[in-house]
Amino acid sequence: MAVIEKLNEAVYASEGKLFGFQSVSRYGAELNLMAKHPIRLLTVPLLVLILSSSVLFAQTAPASASSPEQRIAALEQQAADAKSSADNAWMLVSSALVLMMTGPGLALFYGGLVRKKNVLATMMQSFAMMAVITVVWAVVGFSIAFGAGNSFFGGLHHLFLNRVGLFPDPDYAATIPLQTFMVYQLMFAIITPALITGAFAERMKFSAMLLFLILWSLLVYDPMAHMVWGKGGLLNASLGGRFPTLDFAGGTVVHVSSGVSALVCALYLGKRVGYPKLPMPPHSVVLSFIGACLLWVGWFGFNAGSALASGGLATSAFVATHFGAAAAVVGWSLAEWLRNGKPSALGAISGCVAGLVAITPAAGFVGPRAALVIGFVAGAFCYWMVTKVKSLFGYDDSLDAFGVHGAGGTIGALLTGVFAKSVINPIFKDASGKALPSGVLEGNAHQLLNQAVGVVIAWVLAIVGTLVILKVVDLLIGLRVSEEQETQGLDLSQHGEEGYYWDTPA
Amino acid sequence: MTMTKIEAIIQTSKLEAVKEALHEIGVEGMTVLEVRGHGRQKGHTEVYRGREYTVDLIPKIKIEIVLADDIVERSVQAIVTAARTGKIGDGKIFITHVDDAIRIRNDERGESAL
Repeated sequence: MAVIEKLNEAVYASEGKLFGFQSVSRYGAELNLMAKHPIRLLTVPLLVLILSSSVLFAQTAPASASSPEQRIAALEQQAADAKSSADNAWMLVSSALVLMMTGPGLALFYGGLVRKKNVLATMMQSFAMMAVITVVWAVVGFSIAFGAGNSFFGGLHHLFLNRVGLFPDPDYAATIPLQTFMVYQLMFAIITPALITGAFAERMKFSAMLLFLILWSLLVYDPMAHMVWGKGGLLNASLGGRFPTLDFAGGTVVHVSSGVSALVCALYLGKRVGYPKLPMPPHSVVLSFIGACLLWVGWFGFNAGSALASGGLATSAFVATHFGAAAAVVGWSLAEWLRNGKPSALGAISGCVAGLVAITPAAGFVGPRAALVIGFVAGAFCYWMVTKVKSLFGYDDSLDAFGVHGAGGTIGALLTGVFAKSVINPIFKDASGKALPSGVLEGNAHQLLNQAVGVVIAWVLAIVGTLVILKVVDLLIGLRVSEEQETQGLDLSQHGEEGYYWDTPA
Repeated sequence: MTMTKIEAIIQTSKLEAVKEALHEIGVEGMTVLEVRGHGRQKGHTEVYRGREYTVDLIPKIKIEIVLADDIVERSVQAIVTAARTGKIGDGKIFITHVDDAIRIRNDERGESAL
């Protein structure tokens, strides 16, 4: 009986180390209570012996004398495993945070800014991206963006996520599974087209929006992502691109591309019925406020997660992100306070988003003080873009996708070239591995030119790609809803629903 | 005896005061609506992302009561005293004649239905 008790102890001690072991040990304990019966006396120890022996052999090194080299190798493996665990945990959390930025972050932010009759349709546009882009990414998007190919596109090696397994791809991230990297990048691929929906809010057909954004994702986003982040990409700073553009988390890839495309959409589709004479104030700044706060928190995954690891660079990017957002709130609100006499809630949250956009390319390259400067400048600059420049040219960029993302991304990309420091992130190295200056203030004046090249390429690709795709979709199925449908509201005309059913009696 | 309808459009902040004043003189039935409108009162401007919106339909409260003629003047005085601030935007009272009133519960008609 003492033997059985000892074995039971061993069972409880190693409980949980094997999959399903816990249930077995409890069953064993119950069996033990009926141990009077001779056959049952044997089943528990046998079971325990078989299972615990495999546990014991799995956990420790061979009992035979192992040399110091073998033990050091085992220790190194454990250290590497520990680092991988930490990195992967952070990256999975970051992926979730970035997805949250689209839904409900962006969905709420945009949803609150439109008129009540269009709230669901607007949220649905972001949500649709969460679903549809995932499928497109899995089928071919990831392969085009991150497969090995030429300077502009990846190949088709990863079609249907072929060879995207749990082993790392050291070119991208040596300590996390490639699948983690793929799913993290997917969240970026989701939010980028969702940002564009802000430009054509309240007047685009749902079917046309789907077709347009799927094509845009394949033909504009994926090549842009490949050029900046993919193997062999023309602008890839870490993998030896010809015009290395410093873009830590997607200032050009995500914000310039979507923001400029948004402007093209707004110009091509034309103004909303009644704009600008008819009043179209946001139906719920409260929803937008909640969305903006979710965006701020989620952005830590967007920027700090772009370190692709959980170490010091992630911290640096996290801090820079936060400081950039905060300074931009101050910048925008101050400008508004001075110009209008009152700082508005909508202004504050818009400033916050503008700062986050601008710090996106810079997050992992600049220090906290530079982040404050970048944020403040972006806040004031985007305020000017959205209030002065927009009314000057008269385009109906309904939710200021260009004014905030296009403009904020452009200025952020340029300021990254100014403020990048190699001590934060030694992205450029000479032949002997020594760090070279990153930004202008550090002595690399050339970088501003490279940043400009990256920005220009993003602008050109966005403009040309968007125009072509818009034209094609327009010819195939038409882009805008009819005037009657627009007046009725997209919730009813496109989706057969109402957002709020509050006024009807019980 | 004939019946009279009083429609009083007042500031939203004066609803409680007017209700109490009417209860004090014994008037209990009333219908309250949330309305928007303006007489000579100017609205205000709101600014969203640099765009100005003039809000000139101002929220008001409209109270409708149907009374026997003999208490109409007292009711009007009660409303006016409770609702007046002396500024533009205090509102207006309109008085009309009511042909009949019916209590749905038991078919009573005329003044006894009030």
